[in-house]
Amino acid sequence: MKYIDEFRDGEVAQSIAKAIKAEADPASTYHIMEFCGGHTHAISRYGLEDLLPANVRMIHGPGCPVCVLPVGRIDAAIWLARQPGVTLVTYGDMLRVPGSKRLSLLKAKAEGADVRMVYSTLDAIKLASANPDRQVVFFAIGFETTTPPTAVALKQAQALDLKNFSVFCNHVLTPSAITQILDSPEVRELGTVKLDAFIGPAHVSTIIGSRPYEYFAEEYQRPVVIAGFEPLDVMQAVRMLVRQINDGRFEVENEFARAVTRDGNEKAKSLVADMFELRRVFEWRGLGQVPYSALRLKEPYAAWDAERRWDVPQDNPGDNKACECGAILRGVKKPTDCKLFGTVCTPENPMGSCMVSAEGACAAHWTYGRFRDLETSDA
Amino acid sequence: MCLALPSLVTEILPDDNARVELGGVSKIISLALVSDVKPGDYVIVHVGYALSVIDPEEAARTLELFREMGEELPA
Repeated sequence: MKYIDEFRDGEVAQSIAKAIKAEADPASTYHIMEFCGGHTHAISRYGLEDLLPANVRMIHGPGCPVCVLPVGRIDAAIWLARQPGVTLVTYGDMLRVPGSKRLSLLKAKAEGADVRMVYSTLDAIKLASANPDRQVVFFAIGFETTTPPTAVALKQAQALDLKNFSVFCNHVLTPSAITQILDSPEVRELGTVKLDAFIGPAHVSTIIGSRPYEYFAEEYQRPVVIAGFEPLDVMQAVRMLVRQINDGRFEVENEFARAVTRDGNEKAKSLVADMFELRRVFEWRGLGQVPYSALRLKEPYAAWDAERRWDVPQDNPGDNKACECGAILRGVKKPTDCKLFGTVCTPENPMGSCMVSAEGACAAHWTYGRFRDLETSDA
Repeated sequence: MCLALPSLVTEILPDDNARVELGGVSKIISLALVSDVKPGDYVIVHVGYALSVIDPEEAARTLELFREMGEELPA
């Protein structure tokens, strides 16, 4: 398949790996955080860590939208789904994420709540048009990538004057999350997590462009390379970052120029700016309360805001105590540091969000990486 | 959520939609977030929407960079 196969060429990956090994200074270590779950998935799936020299370490970041949504918001979605006359629709991954007491939307559905999976926000609009007697609530989650599709649906709802459609908005912003990580005590005060550089998001950047990363590359003096989600993109980004670190540069470079520009997708950005405003603060799993890191609907669209239409619970029950998702999302721990990993917590029976989405660090490691942990014995 | 792939636009449809094809699978997606898409373009599709159009020249340049790197290496 064009634009896919040529970016998955194993021989080229080997040659990039050789170049990285030749350029990395054996006397220093390179700690690179891949922010996005898409990159985490690629690193695990293609075994990229095995191609990198031992002094180049990848740290998984919090860029998995399913993973960072706190338990309280999942509970709130379940609460909405149980309201009389409500049909709750959302993307597939959200159905299996456990809320408190291990209840998920899928279990709520089994108990009789009307919960449905959609592929596109426009399917949610169609559902509302076809069922005027039901209140269709779209449980909207995701980073800057999924916000414009929510905005398009809202525009449609407005054009069709759909009174039985609303959005439970949980859209979050990438740059604030990266800033929060760099400001965290583990990175800033304790120095327990060393972060030398970032691989910047692929699809988020198609929307917001490369410009928003310039602030913290400068402010925190960390290099950023925006990279595509294919394995060669990731390898090339690592090479570019090793070079930047060696040169003492901290610039924003774009390896994904085939899809990302400096200013991003103006059409999508203006649509979002027209309809959404910043929340003063929003809770992220693993990062806590992050200022100005999420969006809500502006006043003119209040009629389609589920949080204004219903008195949605704003509780914060916290994660399962044994689940290390929070620390894993901050890059402080690895999936294998969690005692639930691979025992009671598997993709078939997820205890925490990092095991639900294919982009979650735990699910990626379970599916593709766990055999690397086995001690090889000389028989 | 984010694992979207570049898909070939085969047909522009009414209401800002298009038919795309990926590995033999055909799907109708929305073009509401992009402009000036034509059949033969490759678009990155995510949750039913084209997010951006692949720039063939930039893609060729990136692949060229990969190749050059192999040649730079000391034998």
